[in-house]
Amino acid sequence: MDYELEFRRFSERSILIEWPQEINEFILEDVLLFKKSILNLDIKSILQVNSAYNSLLIIYKCTIDNINDEILTLKACYLERKIVKKTRTKLFKIPVCYTKEFGLDLVEISEEKKLSIPEIIQLHSQPIYTVYFIGFLPGFLYLGGLDEQLHFPRKTSPRREVKKGAVAIGGAQTGIYPNASPGGWHIIGNSPVDLFMPNNDSPCFAKAGDSIEFVPISRDRYDAILHQVKQGDYNLESEVVDG
Amino acid sequence: MVRVLKAGLYDSIQDQGRVGVQEFGVPLSGAMDQYSAALANSILGNDGNAAVLESVAVGPHLSFSRETLICVTGADMNIVLNMQPIKNNTVYEVRANDELKFGTCQYGYRSYLAVLGGFQTREQFGSRSMCKGITASYKLLKGDVLPTLKVAAHINKTFASVKINKSHFETYNFEVFKGPEFCLLGERQQQQLFESLFTISKDSNRMAFQLDEPFDNALCGMITSLVLPGTVQLTPSGKLIILMRDCQTTGGYPRVLQLTEKSINSIVQQFIGSKIAFKCLN
Repeated sequence: MDYELEFRRFSERSILIEWPQEINEFILEDVLLFKKSILNLDIKSILQVNSAYNSLLIIYKCTIDNINDEILTLKACYLERKIVKKTRTKLFKIPVCYTKEFGLDLVEISEEKKLSIPEIIQLHSQPIYTVYFIGFLPGFLYLGGLDEQLHFPRKTSPRREVKKGAVAIGGAQTGIYPNASPGGWHIIGNSPVDLFMPNNDSPCFAKAGDSIEFVPISRDRYDAILHQVKQGDYNLESEVVDG
Repeated sequence: MVRVLKAGLYDSIQDQGRVGVQEFGVPLSGAMDQYSAALANSILGNDGNAAVLESVAVGPHLSFSRETLICVTGADMNIVLNMQPIKNNTVYEVRANDELKFGTCQYGYRSYLAVLGGFQTREQFGSRSMCKGITASYKLLKGDVLPTLKVAAHINKTFASVKINKSHFETYNFEVFKGPEFCLLGERQQQQLFESLFTISKDSNRMAFQLDEPFDNALCGMITSLVLPGTVQLTPSGKLIILMRDCQTTGGYPRVLQLTEKSINSIVQQFIGSKIAFKCLN
C-alpha cells in the first residue's frame, strides 16, 4: 500500500519525509524500502539518508537550489520502490541476566504490576522485538514489541548513571544502554554484550529492520560471557530471517 | 608535533564531522563554527576537511616541535607567538620550540587553529572530530601531543591575511526555517518565537545550547523523529534548546525551528548570556 507522505524542507540542505504518526512494522518496512530505493538512485548530491520510526531525513551535500525538483524526484522514487529487493534481516539472541543485583527496579515493577519476578522475566524474554532504528546514544536500539503488561512509566527523576548493558523499560519501550549514561528508565537486568563497538567499521551488530530476542542467563553465564566479550572471542547467536 | 603545555577551557580537534554512521546513532560532530574552520584551512591552502584545533572562551598554551605554518580564525583570543602578539586570519611561520599562547576573547567565543596539512590525530569512522563516547578522549589535556605533517624545506610563504566580516560575531538575529512541529504551536507562541529576545544559558555545550526564558508548552509528546544540528526543540518543561554539532541523531521533543548553517556558525560565537532573536525565512 502507498502511504500519504509529507515532504518538507527541513534545513537548506535537507528534506524530511514523514509517514502517518503511528508506530508499526508496515510503516517501518515502507520507510526502509524507500530509503533503500533512494540510495539505489545513487544521486551524487545526496550525502546520506537517516531513518526513524516514521520518517526519513535526506541530507544533501550542498544547499538545495530547487526544492520542488528534488521533492518530485523523491516522489517518483517512492512510486518505484516496490521494485527494490528487501534487505535480508537477522534475528539476534541477546543474553540478559535478570537478577536483583542488576535489575534494580524489578521489585518496584513486581509490586506495582502485581507480577512475580519470574513472570516479568518470562514476559520480557518471550517476544521477538523489532529494531526500528538506532538513536539517543550510539548503539541504542529503539525496539518495538514490549508486552503491554510490562508497560511502565519512566522514573520521575532519572538516575545520574545507569550502568553499561542495563536492560530497561520506559513507557511502552524497552532497550539496552550501550554505555553508562544518565537514564530515566526502570532497570530489570543487564546484558554482557557490547552494543556499540567504536573500533569496528560497522559499530553495531544490528540495524533497522532486524529483530532481537532476550535470552535469560544465570549470573555465572553472565560472567563467562563478559570474559569472552572482553577477550574479543564472543560470538552473538543470530539467524537469518527470510523477509 | 604540537604539545599541549596547558589546556584551555575546552579544546578539541575537529574537522567537518562524521558522515555515514548516523544510522548507528553516532553524532555528526565537527567544528562548531564550520565557516571559521574552513576559512583557516583555506587561508593555509589545506583540504577543507583538514582537522583544526577548536578552543572555547580561553585557549591553550602550545609548543611546536617542528616547523610549520599556522593560521587562527574565529574568536580573537589575543594570541602571542613567543611573546609577540599575532593577528587572526593571517599566516605565520612557526619553528621548532616556538610557543603559542592563547589569551581570552577580544571578540567571538570559539577560535580555530589550523596547521599546514591539518592535525594528524587518529581517525574514527573517517573523521578526527573528538566526541564523547566515540573517540578515546573528547577534549585536549595538558601533555597531549598532536601530530602534524613534515613540511617541505621550502614552503610557500605567502603570509596571506584575510579581512573578515565582523557581522559573523556581532549579529544577534539568526535566520531559521519553521520546524516540522512549528504549526502545532498556538498563534501567540508562534509570534513569541519571532518577537522575543532569548538568552543563551550557561547550560550550553557542544551537544546543545539551552535558552533561559521559559516558553509555554501545550504540545503533546510526539513519536521520536530525526534531528540535526540547529534543530530547536521545545522540551516538556518549557525550555527551548538548540541542538549543536554533537547532538543525538534522533529526538522526541517537538522541533519548532531549524537554524540555517550560517546561523549555527554564527550563534556559536556568542557568549553565554548573549541575547538572541530568530528571524523566519519561510
